[in-house]
Amino acid sequence: MAEYPQNLKYTKEHEWARREGNSVVVGITAHAQEELGDVVYVELPKVGSTISAGTPFGVIESTKAVSELFAPISGKVAKVNDSLTNSPQTVNEDPYGAGWLIEVEPADGQQIDQLMNSADYEKLVKEKTG
Amino acid sequence: MPRQTPLYDAHRKLGARMVDFAGWEMPVQYTSVIAEHEAVRTAAGLFDVSHMGEIEFSGKGALDTANRLLSNDLARISDGQAIYSGLLNDRGGFVDDVVAYRFSTERILICVNASNREKDYQWMSQRAVGVEPANRSDDYAQLALQGPKAAAVLQRLTPTDLSEIPTYHFAEGKVAGVPSIISRTGYTGEDGFELYCPPADAEKLWFALLEEGREAGLKPAGLGARDSLRTEMKYALYGSDIDEEHTPLEAGLGWIVKLDKGDFIGRLALERQKAEGVRRKLVGFELTGAGVPRHGYRILEKGNQVGEVTSGTLGPSVKKPIGMGYVPPQIASEGSAFDVEIRNRPVAARVVKTPFWKKQ
Repeated sequence: MAEYPQNLKYTKEHEWARREGNSVVVGITAHAQEELGDVVYVELPKVGSTISAGTPFGVIESTKAVSELFAPISGKVAKVNDSLTNSPQTVNEDPYGAGWLIEVEPADGQQIDQLMNSADYEKLVKEKTG
Repeated sequence: MPRQTPLYDAHRKLGARMVDFAGWEMPVQYTSVIAEHEAVRTAAGLFDVSHMGEIEFSGKGALDTANRLLSNDLARISDGQAIYSGLLNDRGGFVDDVVAYRFSTERILICVNASNREKDYQWMSQRAVGVEPANRSDDYAQLALQGPKAAAVLQRLTPTDLSEIPTYHFAEGKVAGVPSIISRTGYTGEDGFELYCPPADAEKLWFALLEEGREAGLKPAGLGARDSLRTEMKYALYGSDIDEEHTPLEAGLGWIVKLDKGDFIGRLALERQKAEGVRRKLVGFELTGAGVPRHGYRILEKGNQVGEVTSGTLGPSVKKPIGMGYVPPQIASEGSAFDVEIRNRPVAARVVKTPFWKKQ
């Protein structure tokens, strides 16, 4: 059973976002990585590029499928997790930790608060999987 | 409603993720595609391939009847042997790719792709001269036991001496008490067997094999691993790499075409194509840039489309992004370079020797 930490915020496209000082760290949820299966390739934006809430910022590929990654918030990309180039499976192994994707300088520091909390996201997943 | 194989309940019990494949509800993975792929390369994997169909020609003249429908030559093999063959249309394109089993000159059993069961039966019924085909698809379940430890595991469950069954040969015998056709064939590049048995016995055979192989590292394996394993071998998948518009000569499968065996459907077209030369060839390539090639991606040369990717994945054993695709003969030789368009960007690729995977 996938877990959804309380200190994270969630999108309906199955990304999570976590405040870290003035930045926001973004990844995909345990449910998302389970659904994807073995992650074999991650394509992330360049540091310094801007991303926009609700629109694709990258691509994640499993053995079978190609999926877009959607930005939970708008802002500027401050860091990308380069270790995923050589070890994309980290996203499966530790989706909330070492498998993080990008760190964003938010355009609006309050935007993250509008995302789903853990309980709402868990409800969404349950409705979807039945 | 998708159809279910006799092993549907077994898959659910094992926690498989099910997907629709050619109208069948099939396990795509039990735990992880990569782990199941690795199990087949290093120990053994067990696949349910009961969705595949079987069409039988039985009676006097069965071999001749089947031979006129197939591009390979059943007369060149012995009883107890199987051959990979094309079932071709008049243009030489694949109606299907099949494995034909020669029990005798009077009994030929043809294993066909799940997606083509009904089409193939219709096709053969309309064109068979001599013996009428029978659709036996619902009479057989099929399990594929594949991997370096497959023979040892299977031998413990059958009195049939497996050392007497070379590659692409078969025998009838009992496995775990279940009457089976034991065929030393597969779709993974590893040693292994395909077992045809009555559907009512499929679950018994399935769990007997899993139990017997547990210590050896045998795992149930899904369609995901089946696809990555066959891709590493450059084995064609019907509907992806070959179809009615592509011929065996274009697909690099000239060896399954025996133009000198006598008449068969597609022969004239292939003779002509052989004389004129093919305009495209199915090659195996490796991405030298970053990304994963996928079915349908465009192949570019100097920015212009010259071909299309038919299969691609990140090979779990070769640990590289690999793919297959049709390209003009000028860029089909080993070392030739072209680009694969991934999300509107050209990514460098080069033609490599296949199979991609060589046994260690």
